[in-house]
Amino acid sequence: MSLLTRRNFLLRAGALGCSAAASPLMTPVTFASAPWDNRLIVIILRGGMDGLDVVRPYGDPEFAGLRAGLSPVAETGPQDLDGFYALHPALSGLRPMWQAGQLSFAHAVSTPYRDKRSHFDGQDMLEAGGATVPGATTQRSGWLNRLLLQAPGHDVRTAFAVGREDLTILAGAAEVSNWAPDTRLVMSAQAKRLLELVTHDDPLFADNAAEALELAAAIDPEAEAPEDFGDMLQDMTEGMAESRKGKGHVKLAEFTASQLRQETRIAAFSLNNWDTHRNQARTIRRSLSQLQEVLLTLQQELGPVWEKTAVLAMTEFGRTARANGTGGTDHGTGGLMLMAGGAVRGGKVHGKWPGLAAADLYKERDLMPTEDVRTYAAMAIQGLFGTERSVLEGTVFPGLDMGARPQVIL
Amino acid sequence: MFDPETAAIRFGTGLSPQIAPPQSVTAMLDGLKGPDAMAARIPIAPFSERLDSFPAYNELSKARTVARKAGDSAAERAARDAQRKYRRALGVERLQDMNAALARAAETPDGLRERLVWFWADHFTAIGRNPPAETALSGYVEEAIRPHVTGNFAQLLRAVELHPIMLTYLDQHVSVGPNSRAAQKAKRGLNENLARELLELHTVGVDGSYTQSDVRELARLLTGAGFSPRQGGFRYRENIAEPGEKRVLGASYGSEAPNETEMLRFLDDVAVHPDTARHIARKLVVHFVSDRPDPDHVAHVAAAFAESGGELMPTYAALLEHPAAWAHPDTKVKPPADFVASSLRALGLGHDALRGLKPNRVRLLIAAPLAAMRQPWRTPAGPDGWPEEAEEWITPQGLAGRLQWAMTVPQVLMRELPEPLAFAEAALGRRLTPEIAFAAQNAETRWEAVGLVLASPAFQRR
Repeated sequence: MSLLTRRNFLLRAGALGCSAAASPLMTPVTFASAPWDNRLIVIILRGGMDGLDVVRPYGDPEFAGLRAGLSPVAETGPQDLDGFYALHPALSGLRPMWQAGQLSFAHAVSTPYRDKRSHFDGQDMLEAGGATVPGATTQRSGWLNRLLLQAPGHDVRTAFAVGREDLTILAGAAEVSNWAPDTRLVMSAQAKRLLELVTHDDPLFADNAAEALELAAAIDPEAEAPEDFGDMLQDMTEGMAESRKGKGHVKLAEFTASQLRQETRIAAFSLNNWDTHRNQARTIRRSLSQLQEVLLTLQQELGPVWEKTAVLAMTEFGRTARANGTGGTDHGTGGLMLMAGGAVRGGKVHGKWPGLAAADLYKERDLMPTEDVRTYAAMAIQGLFGTERSVLEGTVFPGLDMGARPQVIL
Repeated sequence: MFDPETAAIRFGTGLSPQIAPPQSVTAMLDGLKGPDAMAARIPIAPFSERLDSFPAYNELSKARTVARKAGDSAAERAARDAQRKYRRALGVERLQDMNAALARAAETPDGLRERLVWFWADHFTAIGRNPPAETALSGYVEEAIRPHVTGNFAQLLRAVELHPIMLTYLDQHVSVGPNSRAAQKAKRGLNENLARELLELHTVGVDGSYTQSDVRELARLLTGAGFSPRQGGFRYRENIAEPGEKRVLGASYGSEAPNETEMLRFLDDVAVHPDTARHIARKLVVHFVSDRPDPDHVAHVAAAFAESGGELMPTYAALLEHPAAWAHPDTKVKPPADFVASSLRALGLGHDALRGLKPNRVRLLIAAPLAAMRQPWRTPAGPDGWPEEAEEWITPQGLAGRLQWAMTVPQVLMRELPEPLAFAEAALGRRLTPEIAFAAQNAETRWEAVGLVLASPAFQRR
């Protein structure tokens, strides 16, 4: 069996619902006793998702006027969620999830980030989870990493950052795994030893080289060390061919699911292209289709594990309440968070609706954030892992006041 | 203290077995002042020569739509194939431009110039939104950035901000003044995208003293900047320009009859704003020396920028003359494109080795590996460009991409790999450690030996 097909088969084998541990195809990896049984996936939606377009408050009398030409509002039909909000048609494939009580939203939420409306500071703040924009000189520390430090008996596989980029949300003192679905690496035993030697005095290189070799072996256990240069080149060629095929976002979801079926409990990745300044009707449709595909892939590939899973999709800020002059929206403040999964208490749009009249907007421009988006993440963590409120408010999200919020997890 | 190897590695594109490193700071600056030899030797077409691709691609798209609407499936197929063929040709052009840029870095005696071009191309990141724009990106760098890297920042800023590639990337060309003539005919209006990034990323920086109101006013001021491929590129469109006064960063611009001059006046002003000096200085020191820059070094560079009115040569001189430029240990990690270029350079490979490669070969050996190392050629995720921090690049998956490339591609590109220890000495100079020398001599194959030298932290840092 070629490397390609075997790898696909390995990913799929687990997806059919047989537990990874029982599959004779899986490696004899030791299944460390994971700290928790539930699973948490955080998807960072980079670019500032327009919450008002995704979950449309058509019941607000101001909405139609603000969004003329951008978000059609006569949708009490199949898009209606609860008589006030309607779902963007590009997410209609999630309707069964909503009906099964496995999908919910929090509207008019934001991080404490205000006013400069920079993607990059906004994302830093979302991922750091604090109340201030982290300075470039401070150590990067993401809230999922700080959560991990609270997990009894966590190890490097407990949390997984998936994709090619380094995710701030998982950066920090606790060791986590980082890998991209199409990455592969095989080296001869001697080359591995020599690599260890040449990287030995540089911890960044030494640690990441060791981790790369370990992960490559764990993920493709049957890949053999190259016997000659032809093997090595073939492996690279196949990896590159693989990465050019198929949809990147679906691969992220498949890979994430394959890890969560094993010992991983927390995973994060990002989906880009939410910065819809222009032609939003067209551009957001593409991004939403991807998000929908990702959620459906996770549901399908996780199998029974989906029942123990909560997926949180969060963005750095919402967008202007009013459509701009080019069929899009500019950077705003209050936005939307999505929660999905079998563990989620679904079928509800949470939040305190601020209204859309000019006086109700933030700086007469943006949807007014009425709740801290971190509260919902904290509630999800509490529901999934039983984390103490004091830890959530003091360590995971420093400075957060969770108040008395409804449960978001079953 | 200056030393030639650090000059070549930290401020250039690496050591080469054939090309001597610079011998002094003066020599480095003289190189920049002299003619741009690499641009002449390995040409990349400027944007102005690529204008035809925009209407040509549009025509093909239109033909397809027309055929579809007419229900003529044979014609639609033919139109689709023609469009695909054109797209493929644009893709091949993109690969050639990438090769040319890497070859320049691999062969240049004047590495600082290539590094500055890449630095400013990243600072002024623009990403193509359709196939012709994606391909024309190299032309944007070639005509809007490269000729200005040794000039005045205001000139560079004018060339970049009003360039069709930047205007279309950040939606400026469709932004319409709410009180313009065009807005009275159809419901169109402002788009803040370029105005915000111009302040946040390109000039005063996110910590600079601007507010939402400045973003809004600047968006008003920038209306009128447009793109017409059939009329030479940049085109000022008075009918979409917002009339009246605009107040940006405390100064007043605009008049009842809107015009291009007011925009240029703003760009000249913001180019020498004290916040811009600090922002640019910090970015230069971070890029060349340290992710945690010495504040004194930054202040020194910022002062040179401010005192010279944004002249870039004295700014670089300040960057190079400060002791921290040389005393700092190698803590930066080469981004993947720099890693690949400096590897080619160390192997003595350049234009001759790359230009004969078939497009599929280039994809396999260069483009796809750069993506696997997390730096698909000139397509970062957003207008903030590539990250600087070593930790962002050296992840397990990123390092795996580098290792795989280092072990395989040199062997494919060279009929015979160099003798490993001699190669290690040439590639690393005084940075060669006993461990690397041991690895070079004790790897089982030559391709592994060369790969280990390139994969060593001593080679990947600078």
